[in-house]
Amino acid sequence: MYDGAKIITGLAVFGAMVTLPAWYGWAGGSHGDAPELAPPAHGEHCVESVEFMRSSHMQLLNQWRDQAIRRGSRSYRSSSGETYKISLTGTCLDCHQAKAEFCDRCHNYMGVQPTCWNCHVEPTGVKP
Amino acid sequence: MNKSRRDFLKKAGMTLLGASGARFVILGIADAEHLPDSGGSGVRRRWAIAIDTEKCASQGDCTACIDACNAEHNIPRIDNPEEEIKWIWKERAKAVFPHQLGNDSPRTLRDREIPVLCNHCENPPCVRVCPTQATWKRDDGIVMMDQHRCIGCRYCIVGCPYGARSFNFRDPRRAIDKLRSDYPTRTRGVVEKCTLCAERLAIGAQPACVEACEATCGAMVFGDLANPDSAIGRLVRTTLTMRRKPELGTEPKVHYKL
Amino acid sequence: MLEKALDGGRGYWAWVCTLLALIGLGFVAYLHQFNNGLTVTGLSRDVPWGFYIAQFTFLVGVAASAVVLVLPYYLHDFKAFGKLVVLGEFLAISAVIMCMLFIFVDMGQPMRVVNVILFPTPHSLMFWDMTVLCGYLVLNVLISRVTFRAEIQELPPRPWIRPIIILSVPWAVSIHTVTAFLYSGLAARPFWESAVLAPRFLASAFSAGPAILIMLALLLARITAFDVGDKALHRLSTIMLYAMLANLFFVAMEFFTVFYSSIPEHTHHFRYLFSGLEGAHRLVPWMWFSLILGTGCAIGLLVPRLRHQRSSLAFLSAGIVLAIWIDKGLGMVVGGFVPSPLGAVTEYWPTLPEVGISTGIYAIGALILTGLYKIALSERAVI
Ligand code: SF4
Ligand code: SF4
Repeated sequence: MYDGAKIITGLAVFGAMVTLPAWYGWAGGSHGDAPELAPPAHGEHCVESVEFMRSSHMQLLNQWRDQAIRRGSRSYRSSSGETYKISLTGTCLDCHQAKAEFCDRCHNYMGVQPTCWNCHVEPTGVKP
Repeated sequence: MNKSRRDFLKKAGMTLLGASGARFVILGIADAEHLPDSGGSGVRRRWAIAIDTEKCASQGDCTACIDACNAEHNIPRIDNPEEEIKWIWKERAKAVFPHQLGNDSPRTLRDREIPVLCNHCENPPCVRVCPTQATWKRDDGIVMMDQHRCIGCRYCIVGCPYGARSFNFRDPRRAIDKLRSDYPTRTRGVVEKCTLCAERLAIGAQPACVEACEATCGAMVFGDLANPDSAIGRLVRTTLTMRRKPELGTEPKVHYKL
Repeated sequence: MLEKALDGGRGYWAWVCTLLALIGLGFVAYLHQFNNGLTVTGLSRDVPWGFYIAQFTFLVGVAASAVVLVLPYYLHDFKAFGKLVVLGEFLAISAVIMCMLFIFVDMGQPMRVVNVILFPTPHSLMFWDMTVLCGYLVLNVLISRVTFRAEIQELPPRPWIRPIIILSVPWAVSIHTVTAFLYSGLAARPFWESAVLAPRFLASAFSAGPAILIMLALLLARITAFDVGDKALHRLSTIMLYAMLANLFFVAMEFFTVFYSSIPEHTHHFRYLFSGLEGAHRLVPWMWFSLILGTGCAIGLLVPRLRHQRSSLAFLSAGIVLAIWIDKGLGMVVGGFVPSPLGAVTEYWPTLPEVGISTGIYAIGALILTGLYKIALSERAVI
């Protein structure tokens, strides 16, 4: 209605500002180098396929969480028919022992901060 | 994402069914899938604890049960009594049974320090008030906590008539003496309490407090009240035991022999 | 319409800036709480709810009290409230928003508060409280917008709004009733376990709410050319008076039942509040002050001359608000926790961060109210 030009300019400046980090990253070309993740200490394969775990481990972990805590059933049958014990520190971290070089590295790269480790304890036994 | 959206719509729809109908259905979702503890045979368990306070008192200032629980569950040691975390601890009998013990009761009884913990009520008010079902009653009678879901509103603390619940006023991690990695700690801002060692029951072990007590004087008996032939079933059926504030209708499952 | 809120004189902007400064301080205090947990408050194991929940309870009452204008105006055609109704609805909007903020800052895990919606739990009164409060906010925004639009355009309001207005009447009662149920349904806390709690909440709300409206109306008459008129003021002060008398009556009922029956669990809480328990008596002077002030103001209001004169009316209204605020905003919640279920006496007093956060929320409410009143008065071209 009134001052349409001013409003649009304002919005454009605002839009540019909030997307600044993205532009910055793009200009610096930092989007290319994906982090290198530490390979698991042992074990042939994960509970599900690598692609599935890469894209959906959060959902799987949520499902594990609800199944173990809310339904009291602590074993998981994978799509290939194998049975695993539901345990973040006991099963996942048993293979992925290097949390800092595996979980954290990718989470940092993605800029996400899962809250798992506020409570669950890395099986080294030392205080964080 | 899609799944949780569908879940939400489903539950929102049920909410419209009205309070009582929906209550049934929604609790049904949480409890429907049978627990390993409730067995496939259709036997419903009712886990309970009985405490012989005289035996307990004979051990003086024994804290075996408390220490075992604290170590088992990564309980922080917070010195400020206003912010303490306690799953099992000792209270003076007079405070635990204010109606039953008067000023003229035997002194040794009144001043006896007896262990208290969540009673895993049959009809738990904490579960009734929780707005997120972060605390709920399992099929086997255990009143569980889901620390992932708790929003820290503390309504359950307000609703519990036994002071059995603790709130994490601060980050508990820093106050834990010896951190063990096979049990999680809690995070700041959630409520916690005794879970009757659900994680140990799942592998066929007894609760940590009961196990520790057995090694000293055996004042605690744990078992299935639904089974009249269990040790606890026989004990409760043949001896006079008391429960805390039975007049409130919460039906506690921790029995005391004074 | 909204741009009218951004157009005012120096006094207006000074007021807005003061509020913004208070909001800023409250926000800083909240960041402190967010980063350190509720340990920065005075709450404890034994007193798990305190100042925040008490303010919430008081403000639900303020929000519900819009009904004392809506009901006479729309259902009984009491014309003198015509200019006032929308101000009452705006007060309700700002009060409900403050309620929600107080609940939010009270959460131990505020980032998870959506869990209440993701896992709806009909057996929890807190779920219902949230539902009715959200509904009440929507109702008031809708009704005030539609009716005020119509008034400005000098048209009769759309006919479909009338059933919604009628719905808002029981809805207003429901928000405070459900809030009382939060407390009165708990076997663990004998202090609140009283069927008269909900009626008492409503009575005190229908007294404090009109008292706030009277003070706002008198203030507007002073600083602007807007005057609600004596007839509306008289009626409001009568409502305030009788609601206060009902409230005092209910308090007397509580006292009788509790002390005559003499059940220790019940008397302990009243003794803590009015004479102290085991050497703990922090709230005693406050409770007596509130009781005497409330009774004194009610007696004062019974005198027609004092009730009709604007200066004395302003004083008496302020007294009523203060008395009820102390009763609900300090004593009611904390009194239920002392002594604890195990007989422990732990006192509570809000800390500086708690007071700072609460002040910030009240400032947000005042800012919303200022903006809405500014719009209302500008559109009516009285300033
Ligand atoms: S003792 Fe308290 S926390 Fe435990 S089930 Fe009963 S009401 Fe809930
Ligand atoms: S604090 Fe957590 S467990 Fe307790 S009532 Fe609130 S959401 Fe439920």
